[in-house]
Amino acid sequence: MKEKVLAILNGVKKGVDYEHATALIDDGILDSFDIISVVSDLNDEFDVDISADELEPENFNTVDAIVALIKSLQ
Amino acid sequence: MQNSIVQWLEKTAARFQDKIAFVDEKGSYTWAQVRQKALSIASNIEKVVPGRKKPVAVYMEKSADMVITFLGIAYSGNIYTAVAPDMPPSRVEKILDVLQPSIFISTRELCGKVGSGKDIVFSGEVLCFEDITGDDVSDPNAKRYADSTLDTDLLYVLFTSGSTGTPKGVAINHRSVIDYIDWVVEEFSVTENDSFGNQAPFHFDNSVLDIYSSLKTGAELHIIPEQMYHQAPQLLQYLVDNRISTIFWVPSALSQTARSKAFETVDLTRTLKRVLFAGEVMPTKLLNTWRSHIPNATYANLYGPTEITVDCTYYIVDREFSDEEPLPIGGPMRNTEVLVLDEQNRLVTEPDQVGELCVRGSSLAAGYYNNPEKTDEAFVQNPLQTAYEEKIYRTGDLVKYNDRHELIYMSRKDFQVKHLGHRIELGEIETAVSSLDGIGACCCLYNHRKSLIVLFVEGQFTRAEINEKLAELLPRYMLPSKVVCLDSLPLNANGKIDRVKLKQDYIS
Repeated sequence: MKEKVLAILNGVKKGVDYEHATALIDDGILDSFDIISVVSDLNDEFDVDISADELEPENFNTVDAIVALIKSLQ
Repeated sequence: MQNSIVQWLEKTAARFQDKIAFVDEKGSYTWAQVRQKALSIASNIEKVVPGRKKPVAVYMEKSADMVITFLGIAYSGNIYTAVAPDMPPSRVEKILDVLQPSIFISTRELCGKVGSGKDIVFSGEVLCFEDITGDDVSDPNAKRYADSTLDTDLLYVLFTSGSTGTPKGVAINHRSVIDYIDWVVEEFSVTENDSFGNQAPFHFDNSVLDIYSSLKTGAELHIIPEQMYHQAPQLLQYLVDNRISTIFWVPSALSQTARSKAFETVDLTRTLKRVLFAGEVMPTKLLNTWRSHIPNATYANLYGPTEITVDCTYYIVDREFSDEEPLPIGGPMRNTEVLVLDEQNRLVTEPDQVGELCVRGSSLAAGYYNNPEKTDEAFVQNPLQTAYEEKIYRTGDLVKYNDRHELIYMSRKDFQVKHLGHRIELGEIETAVSSLDGIGACCCLYNHRKSLIVLFVEGQFTRAEINEKLAELLPRYMLPSKVVCLDSLPLNANGKIDRVKLKQDYIS
């Protein structure tokens, strides 16, 4: 799952060391437009429905947080 | 004064009896033959269902026979509608519901599909084109109504395509076509020495320019076999072999050719004089490809809805454009007024202010056939005229003026979306994407439920790759949220990108 999440992130914005980044949102690496795309791709890839309530920075700051979010929804 | 398009056929057939008129895959007709066959059709119509101003459905494969059938129906004082064999049966059914035709004219091959309990349920008279012989030319009934047709009598009803629900039959009279074609012939100096290379299906009103410019002037009309459009080199060779001087194609057809390498092997500079286009936005980059290979041709961007007889504005390309610059749609044609109205119905005249393009003039449709409610919705009183009744058609298209006071098409009113607080035009995104190197056809849609700008492109790209390049052309909030890569974008029956299908298949 982590590989797929990394592929989605790279498809949205290139040139980021996603594996080691710890504050993708807080540092402004991904902005609200990127997050819309990431959420849409995650929903399609993992057949989940990420709701507005889950659009919190802590759910998207790291790859592991994203993976955990998806697992919690599956 | 001319009151019917039949007078063009009379004059042209008298002047150019043995000159080739229409050419298709099967062969060709001279003008004398066209007139003779059209009169026979008129005579047969009058025999089976006497009277005039009746709708007649023409159910044929696209062919010279089909054009002649239209003319025969016009001779008989009746109204034609084209029904294509590849239309979905549900659509044909809806068209027949609206039209209630008294007669079907078809071919031997397709006649069997029309009737009670057949594919196309119909209880009226069915005439078979091949069974209509030329012996009835002297029949006075054939021209019984031709001379008494008024210019305000209907010539055809064409059904608008693309949208869901009940198709609307745009009813066009003789005057509308006469005024429009008179303008085309004068503006582009069309003569009997020209040859038209027709792309548009006959249920799509772009074909009206081809058919009636030919009829008025005696120019040849070549109906290009549809399969040619999938093979750019053969298509261009066809244009050379048939000495086609004028094409009026949808931009999708021109773009497909420009993206192939066909120009490298076929030289069109000595034969092709005019390249006209309308029906969707022409990507400037691909127009530039055409211009670089055929620099001496005249290029014209025409714009208009079916409701005003093919086109109402035009722009003759008179300067260089960079790949990402939008091509103007120019200004109004003769006897046409364009009003750009803002949301408060005030006239927009300043550059860069966006408004809805509204239009009036002699080529305005009589309305939607058998549909007074929709007619009243779309053809409305000019809000700037309070002294007497003056109808305008609201196109639903958003435009603005540039600094040269040329109209620039922005998008459909319903393509203007509010995305995360920003008002954006999907058409602007498409223009920018089209200008990028290595990208084929594209189409941009909006997913309102998920607030996503969805871009469809031909080829293999990631969103990151595309947006990196687009970021130089568009503000951040206009960058696509999702990129869907397809081998080829689906086209609708008119040869335009099929947005409805894309929406159905991909936007949940």
